[in-house]
Order: sequence, then structure tokens, then C-alpha cells
Amino acid sequence: MYLTGEEEAVLDGERGEAPAKLMKLLVALGEIYGADRMLKVSSVHVSGVSYKNIGTPGLELLEDLASQEGRIEPEVKATLNPAGMDLEKWRLMGIPESFAGKQLQVYEAFKRMGVSEGLTCTPYEADNKPGLCESVAWAESSAVAYVNSVLGARTNRESGITALASAITGRTPNYGFHLEENRKPTLLVDVEARLEDALDFGGLGYLVGLNHGNAVPYFRGVKAGGLEEFKALGSAMASSGAVALYHVEKITPEAAKYKKEAENVEKTKVSGEMLRRVFERFPLNRERFDCVFLGCPHCSLEKLKRVAEMVEGKRVKGRFWLCTSRRIYSEALKLGIVEALKGAGVLILRDTCMVVAPLKDIGFETVLADSFKAAHYLSGSLEASLASTKRCVEIAIEGRVKP
Amino acid sequence: MIKLKGRVIVAGRVEGEALVSAQPLSFYGGVNPETGVIVEKGHMLQGAKVSGKILVFPYGKGSTVGSYVLYAMAKYGTAPKAILNREAEPIVVVGCILAKIPLADKFNLDPVENLKTGDMVRLWEDGRVEGWKP
Repeated sequence: MYLTGEEEAVLDGERGEAPAKLMKLLVALGEIYGADRMLKVSSVHVSGVSYKNIGTPGLELLEDLASQEGRIEPEVKATLNPAGMDLEKWRLMGIPESFAGKQLQVYEAFKRMGVSEGLTCTPYEADNKPGLCESVAWAESSAVAYVNSVLGARTNRESGITALASAITGRTPNYGFHLEENRKPTLLVDVEARLEDALDFGGLGYLVGLNHGNAVPYFRGVKAGGLEEFKALGSAMASSGAVALYHVEKITPEAAKYKKEAENVEKTKVSGEMLRRVFERFPLNRERFDCVFLGCPHCSLEKLKRVAEMVEGKRVKGRFWLCTSRRIYSEALKLGIVEALKGAGVLILRDTCMVVAPLKDIGFETVLADSFKAAHYLSGSLEASLASTKRCVEIAIEGRVKP
Repeated sequence: MIKLKGRVIVAGRVEGEALVSAQPLSFYGGVNPETGVIVEKGHMLQGAKVSGKILVFPYGKGSTVGSYVLYAMAKYGTAPKAILNREAEPIVVVGCILAKIPLADKFNLDPVENLKTGDMVRLWEDGRVEGWKP
């Protein structure tokens, strides 16, 4: 793999121990996947921020990097994924002091390296929004799917640590989804099912991810879709599978280019019956929940507004948690949405989400969510059920599932 | 005895019992790093312990935090002894590099099809693999 003089110098330790170590990791990855050279990246999104996920070993690794001259390249736009708690309102979440202390140490290590913004899984709604064909290095499987597919920027499925390596070195190896030939569809999905809401898009994604986990799907027959729908589709596909890029005919930016090629690849279809059956994995089979949770991926401003309208003049019974980014929260605050939600008894959290929060420590055993990704990961440690956003809000207001 | 030859990603010479999954695996959310047990609901290996095993699966999926989980498992002593993939994806590759877990992929014969759970497996530094019934 060809390295420039500047890259060789970093590898030789001229910028310090951490940049050298991380460049070595990127070169190793590049060699494995046959990269010819490094690409400069303009934008990076780093996962592995929750102490629940990375534990003490991860914290120590980050602290070592921070004390070995690990500093973010100033020209790289860098954001962080959610932490295990709202960095301010963690007491309201029932987070134990011991966890909070460790989580703040993780954040401190990132801050020392020069990255403190974001704390969201939707950086593209929080000032980190790369454009078509831009070379970036993103972690967070749902954000990878979004940035590749909907924005048409180019990234591999970076791990938290390689994304950090790219932020510090400003480079990523040129392989995989950075290359045009690997962005072509490998699977044609004819969608016969009617997709009524974002949750149906999630169901479609979950199904495709389960059966074709490393494909580049090309969806045909999807009539319309926007931010909410594609957040749901991509995050589900990247949970049940490893899908990092998809195309939707007539909608996503690279689809037109691959219309012909999509005719010549493996074909599959998704019927209404298949879509209905995937919901059976997370059935709504109990009356009450420890918590109703919306915000996986993080709530958009539109979604917060919609929920605020639905709870207007009412009060929720039991815990109803919404998670969003600091950026969207501050906009919602200006529009009076935060106040309206608080007035109805809704807890709005920033910096975190339930998928990365220490729910066992909080004591939750049952959660209702409107996201396949949330249900998928939560079901590893507790009982997770699924319902549409509208139904989740109704259940939160009633305090139980009405027969 | 069956013999396979793959590409070395992280070199190592180890011997142990195979744990084979025909389904992809996510280390984050799919495996409890403290116990080494697979917890993904509905996964064909749900309840199985990966610690100390030669873990064989087609490719990694799911969360990009998986590399940290593998690293943490190595520190906790719950990591697999080695990983054999049909095709290793970057999350698993980086986790294995950090955690120094031997990793090989792209075999001449598919390890997922040709090795069975409970087989004894030996991995050599050059990517050769031998499997036999104990």
C-alpha cells in the first residue's frame, strides 16, 4: 500500500505515540483489504462512547491514547455516538453514581483528544452532514447506512476505534465502499408489501438484514420515504445484518446509476405476509411496560413535534422516555416543544439512548419501543416489544395496553 | 482429519474445540463480554459460551462497537481462542488486532460447512487449519 511522506512520518511516530499506533492499525486494515493508498477524510463519527459498551478496558485504552498525543486533526469534522446516560440528567434516569463517574471519565478522555460534539447516533441531523461522494470514516451501524445510502457519502463500516484512528490521522484506507465497484447493488428486493409507516420500513429492513446480511440491496417498489423511514430501514438492516449501503429506486442519490445493474443480480421479494411475520419476533404481548421509549435512532425535530401534539393536554402514566441529540433538543426548546412534552410528563434525554444505557442497573425488565433496532438489542437483556410511534404514545398515555 | 488453508489476519498457533455458527454474529449486544455467552435472541448459538473456543462463523454483523467488546473480552479472559470466518469484516478484524486474537478467513474450503461444533481444531501461524473428531 502506497503511503505519502506525511503518512510515513505519522507512522514513524513524528506526531506522537497514539497517532503512530492508530496509523499502524489503519495500514494493517488497508493491507488486509487490498487498499492501494490512504484517503483524506473530511468527516468522522466515533462509536464506543457508552461505558456500558466499552467497559474498563475500553476506558483505559482511550485514556492511554489521550495521554499519548492522540489529538483530532483540526480539519476533520468529528462527532461522538451516544453515551450511556444523559451527561446532565443522569440522576433522573436512575443511573448509579459509580457508572456515572466512569462514563464522565470516558467523555473526558474524548474531550482531551479534541472530540466532544454530537453524542448522537444521528450526526447527520447535528451538523455533521457530508455530501455526495465525500470520503468519510463513520462508525455507528445505523449512521453508516444513512450516510452511505441517503447522503451518498462514502464510508466503510468503521469500528469505534478505526473511526477514532481516522479522526486522529485524518486518513482512511481506500477499499470497500470507497470504491465505485463495491457500491453496485448485489440484491434486488421487490417490495410488494405496503409500507404504512416508519415501523414497516424497519420491518422490511430487519427482514432483509436477516436473510441477506452482507448484501447491497436495491429496493424496488418503495413509493415514498424520507428521513424517518430511512432511519428505520437502515438501522434495522444494520442490526439483523451488516448492511452498510442500500439503494432505493427513484429516491436515493445513487439508485439511478445502478438501475440497469440491479436487473442482473440475485432477486428476492417481500410480501405483506412476510412483513407481518417479522413483527412476531417482538410481540406486543403484555399489558404494562417499565418504560415506553422513542428515539432509536435519535428523534428528529419533526418526531418530537408530532409526539408533543399527540400528548397535548394529556399526561402520560408511567415512564415515557424520548431520546434526541443536543442539537435537536435546543431547536425543540426554542419552539416550545420541550416544555409541552415535559408538561405531559415525558422525560426528554440527550446524549444517550436506551440501547447503550445500563438498563439492568436502572432495573428495567420490559420496554416498549417503536424501533426494530432498539427491540433487537434490548431483547438481548430484557423483554422488548414493538409498536408504531402513534401506538406507543397511546399506550404511554393509557399506562397500559388496552385489550 | 480435514485440512483447510486460509488467509492469516492475526497470526497465532492455537488448538481448541470448535464452536460453529452458520449465522453471522454481533459481539456487541450478541455476546455478554463478562461471561462470554451468546445472548442474541433467536441466534442458533444462543446460550453457548465462546470463551476458549475456536469460534467459526461466516462474518460479523451489527454494532460497530463490536471491536471494543472483543478487546474487553480478551482483558476479562472470556475471549475465544481464535476466530475463523468465511470473510472477516472490519469490526471483527480490528477487535482481533487490538485483542491479539488469532484470526483467519478466505479458506479454500468453507470452515462453516466443514467444521462442526465439538471438533478439535488446530490453527497454524500460516493459516493452515486441521480439524478432527476428538
